[in-house]
Amino acid sequence: MIRAILIFNNHGKPRLSKFYEHYTEDTEQQIIRETFHLVSKRDENVCNFLEGGMLIGGSDYKLIYRHYATLYFVFCVDSSESELGILDLIQVFVETLDKCFENVCELDLIFHVDKVHNILAEMVMGGMVLETNMNEIIMQVDAQNKMENTFLWELFIGIKPEIGSNFK
Amino acid sequence: MSDVVEKTLTALPSLLLSVDSQPGSAKLSTSSKLGSLIRNITELTSKHEEEKLIQRELSSIKDQVSSPNTTMRQMKELMVRAIYCEMLGYDSSFTYIHAIKLAQQGSVLEKRVGYLAVSLFLNEHHELLLLLVNTVLKDLQSTNLIEVCMALTVVSQIFPKDMIPAILPLVEEKLNHPKEIIRRKAVLALYKFHLIAPNQVQHIHNKFRKALCDKDPGVMGASLHIYLHLIQENPEGYKDLTTSFVTILKQVVGGKLPMDFNYHSVPAPWIQIQLLQILSLLGKNDPGTSEIMHEILEESLRRAEMNHNITYAILYECVKCIYTIHPKSDLLEKAAKCIGNFVLSSKINLKYLGLKALTYVVQQDPKLALQHQMTIIECLEHPDLIIKRETLEILFRITNAQNVTVIVEKMLTFLSTSEDDHTTIDLVGKVAELAKKYAPDNEWFIQTMNAVFSLGGETMQPDITNSFLKLLSEGFDSVEEDRKLKVFAVNSYVSLLEGEPEKLPQRFLQVISWVLGEFSHLQQDVGAETVVCLLDKLLHMKNSTSETKTWVLMAMTKVCEGAACAPLVQSVCETYSSSLDTVLRQRAQELQHLSRDPALRARVLPPVCTREPLEVDSSLSFLDEFVSEALAAGAAPYKPSHQRQEELAQTKAVSYEPYQLTLPISTTAHTHTPSLLSISSSLSEGSADLSHKGGSSSLKLEGVKRVWGRGGYEAAQVETPSPPQEGGDPSISHTPPLTSEDTESKQQEQQLASSMFLGLDHSSVTLMGKGDSTPSWLKRKERGQTPLNDAQTFTDPQELTDPSPLHVVSPQFPQSPVIANGTSDTEAALALACLDTNRSSTNQLEDRGLSLYLPAELSGLICSEISVLCSSESLELSACHVHKLRSLEMIVFISNSSDNAVQQIQVQLHSEQLEVSCASESQMEEVKGHSVVVRQYSLRVRKPSVHVELIGTLFHPETPQNVQFTYRLPLSSFIRPLTLSTEEYGTMWLSFSNDTKQNLTLVHSENEGPLRATLNVLTEDLHLHVVEIIGMEAIVACRLLQDQPCLMHCRVHGDALAVWLRSPVPELPDCLIYHCQRALQGH
Repeated sequence: MIRAILIFNNHGKPRLSKFYEHYTEDTEQQIIRETFHLVSKRDENVCNFLEGGMLIGGSDYKLIYRHYATLYFVFCVDSSESELGILDLIQVFVETLDKCFENVCELDLIFHVDKVHNILAEMVMGGMVLETNMNEIIMQVDAQNKMENTFLWELFIGIKPEIGSNFK
Repeated sequence: MSDVVEKTLTALPSLLLSVDSQPGSAKLSTSSKLGSLIRNITELTSKHEEEKLIQRELSSIKDQVSSPNTTMRQMKELMVRAIYCEMLGYDSSFTYIHAIKLAQQGSVLEKRVGYLAVSLFLNEHHELLLLLVNTVLKDLQSTNLIEVCMALTVVSQIFPKDMIPAILPLVEEKLNHPKEIIRRKAVLALYKFHLIAPNQVQHIHNKFRKALCDKDPGVMGASLHIYLHLIQENPEGYKDLTTSFVTILKQVVGGKLPMDFNYHSVPAPWIQIQLLQILSLLGKNDPGTSEIMHEILEESLRRAEMNHNITYAILYECVKCIYTIHPKSDLLEKAAKCIGNFVLSSKINLKYLGLKALTYVVQQDPKLALQHQMTIIECLEHPDLIIKRETLEILFRITNAQNVTVIVEKMLTFLSTSEDDHTTIDLVGKVAELAKKYAPDNEWFIQTMNAVFSLGGETMQPDITNSFLKLLSEGFDSVEEDRKLKVFAVNSYVSLLEGEPEKLPQRFLQVISWVLGEFSHLQQDVGAETVVCLLDKLLHMKNSTSETKTWVLMAMTKVCEGAACAPLVQSVCETYSSSLDTVLRQRAQELQHLSRDPALRARVLPPVCTREPLEVDSSLSFLDEFVSEALAAGAAPYKPSHQRQEELAQTKAVSYEPYQLTLPISTTAHTHTPSLLSISSSLSEGSADLSHKGGSSSLKLEGVKRVWGRGGYEAAQVETPSPPQEGGDPSISHTPPLTSEDTESKQQEQQLASSMFLGLDHSSVTLMGKGDSTPSWLKRKERGQTPLNDAQTFTDPQELTDPSPLHVVSPQFPQSPVIANGTSDTEAALALACLDTNRSSTNQLEDRGLSLYLPAELSGLICSEISVLCSSESLELSACHVHKLRSLEMIVFISNSSDNAVQQIQVQLHSEQLEVSCASESQMEEVKGHSVVVRQYSLRVRKPSVHVELIGTLFHPETPQNVQFTYRLPLSSFIRPLTLSTEEYGTMWLSFSNDTKQNLTLVHSENEGPLRATLNVLTEDLHLHVVEIIGMEAIVACRLLQDQPCLMHCRVHGDALAVWLRSPVPELPDCLIYHCQRALQGH
């Protein structure tokens, strides 16, 4: 099972955090900080695996991370997951982001948090790997984006009346 | 591949512009608000400013969400901003309700953001989730695929247990959906349900099988998650699927899947990985099943020879699988070669995995470590700490009496540089374990433990100190050795205290004080006043905690003798008898009184040599007289706390106190076995620290000698002669001197290797195996969850050049040729010790005989069948359980079929879920020839679970191995009727918080209505009490022995019986529903 997926930049600013297990708000922040602390002090030429810290569950858990330019992608998983498998899953995730955003950069992740989450939801569902095929993921996301475009068009010609309805 | 994202933000403004021209999503005007927020945040310099800015942002969001003029579209935008703030760690809980509304009322896109916000903000315990159920229901029924997908995603993310029944039918329906993405998501959602509430999805296991055969490989892949989990829990139940999994793997490996599933031209690697994991679970300890998969494993190994990251992932899984299943020699050879490739790889990730694989196999195949010894030595100096740690893990596994000094030294060196708490705790525990198990001599042991205490600091696990003190106090058999060890400890501590005690951790100071208090009199050179002076120094240290001071005062109490210490002691007493800390004050008082009155002191603290083990009457029977007098004088009789609580609940109509029924913690108090305590340690345990640890270290168990091991190594010491004490062991002379570490020449590495891998060559494998792996293996075997391959012999018997007794075959295959090859008596006993089916026919006959031995007061009660637990030589253990109203009695029959009497038999039982107390006081039994001895244990439930398990050990002086056995009972044996009136039921019902709802099948009968008939079955099988039946409804009550109640409400609903259970204990309703289902299935 994947317990958490974290993305933060070289300064430890969180860019995306998704927890598949319930932690309190404070613990979540602490986990992000601790993970950053663990990951950031590692050189480029060491292995991409870390034993879990105290917070995230002790010896049964591992952190698997990749460092791309300004961003760290960290997956926190339990012992049932294959290390190399997850490492490639991160790769698939990043490649998918790259396709969807056309040369992804840190800012894309900031301004489109919701989209990144949606892409992630197509890959990992409730902590289980759902889809590892990039084309399939992009297809699903595109289908949703297409809806967005038709939706805007509908808005333009004013077909859907409920768009303007107020929120109580 | 990192060049893909090689784009950094160097100039922020220009990039912000480029964002605005992003294709795809059209920029909405409000999105610039998020933009400006982020722009502002990046410009900030301090955390404080960020806080202020976000608070401002949040209050503006707050204003807008509550404004009636905000459109759904703006709301969506606001949500994204709130998500951003929440991610930075600021509380935006006021938006939660709006997120739910957005998911409810928005159009598809807004809904998507709403659902996303909900799944990020809420957790399964959040009360607002109730408001989401209807939305999810609606969306699950929607014709829009995207809405269905969103609903399934949110369901698998945050849905709580009690809401599952509401949506379960709809999700189940989705398994037949024409679109594969929906089927796939439904499978995963159901898996999630299975994880949270296994009982509720029991009925759809067949549908999981259908998903496994789905024509879409994606859906099949999703169902593998479920099977991996199910098989982990119960490998026996799914053996029939082995061929299916093998066929699937064959198809995948053979490239039969659509090209879409290829990743870097490897066919469906993630599916392969999962299949291999499943196969290794299925093939474990099962030669037949393993046979089926050999071919495909070989094929996988062969195919996965491409040089890509993901193929290594498959290879690694393959190797693990090969080492887990029943061994086959040529596969093992290939796997070993594969591990070699990993270990020698220049890629650091592969090296890491190689080391991990080595750790995994090294206990079965120490020679493999020998092969790679130079690599291991290199890795020990690797700059990557993770690699170093993994290497130490391998070394830990191959440690034996001959290489322990070198390995422990390496570990301590690593520890002194480690900064990570987690690593420190783990490693400190390992060093302590090795030191205990293999210490070559006293000096080394004490010095190593000193290092452990200094490095471990306060984070160390408390059982390390406990077992160290226990070990010191019990000592050796040999008086002389014992004395030497203690004197050495005292000397080393005196010199430590004379140095710089400020630098030592508190825990260590506590250990030092205790040891000085207990044993300093053994060292004649150090006078009592010196010790008291040193201890006094600790009291004056600034950083001493009051806990440490307590230990120090107690030590002083034991030491202060003679007039020389009197003034110092007096001043200490004066300082602390007015302390604010009550414990300290009490200790100071004790010290004062005992130091003044030598006669009293001699009585309370007799010299060590004259101490007798003291028997403690934990049932407090000596108070009986007092109690009866008090009763006669009109005092109210004692009621256990749960009874008081119940009465309290009855007097109130509705209970408003949420914690009212935090039921009987009291059960632990009065079921303790009277046990032998030694004064010496009971005094030490009096301190605040150790007393609450269940007094485990204060138990002085008769017959327990020097046990160098935390779990399961008791037998090791029977076989191996206790570690050489004289320090004259020739192997130690190989140890390179400390100074060799700073030069790194090859030669020294060689030398290090030779000392580190000492004892791993063929000749001494036997020693190691005898020494520790056999008993540890035995222990694991009994628990039934071995992380490693159980079978110690993984090579074919023909291959064994030396049929040494190490190669004990796993007792699950008694027909295995190794046994036939002629094994020692011990092994035969071991093989017999496991429950084998061959004897079941003879059991019946024996049963009749044994039931005669049942204690008279138990006759006439409900009694289970007598089953054989284990046997060892001429002894045989059988057991049954008898239902008494207040307890469950387990009766163990020890029968001796030989002519000679067997003495000093001990049977020990323990369990995580149960409390076990023994009726008879003596621990030892003597069984005369051809006779049976009966031991009776009362069991009470500590933690309910569907089945509870007892693990027992038979200590038997004539066989060196202790024989272990397990005894499993269903929870239903502990259930007793609870007689209540309807009113009482009503008040109790309201006060319980844990509930479960479930539909059960009705039992149909000719003479009665279905409700009656079903209830009859349930009351008969589970001993429930039917409180009242009103029309189509019934209320039923029961409890776990005399403690936790569980209430049940049944209503006939169409073809099913809707049952609603409530209890103060969270696990109880689920367990009970399971047994209800089982009972009804039987009819």
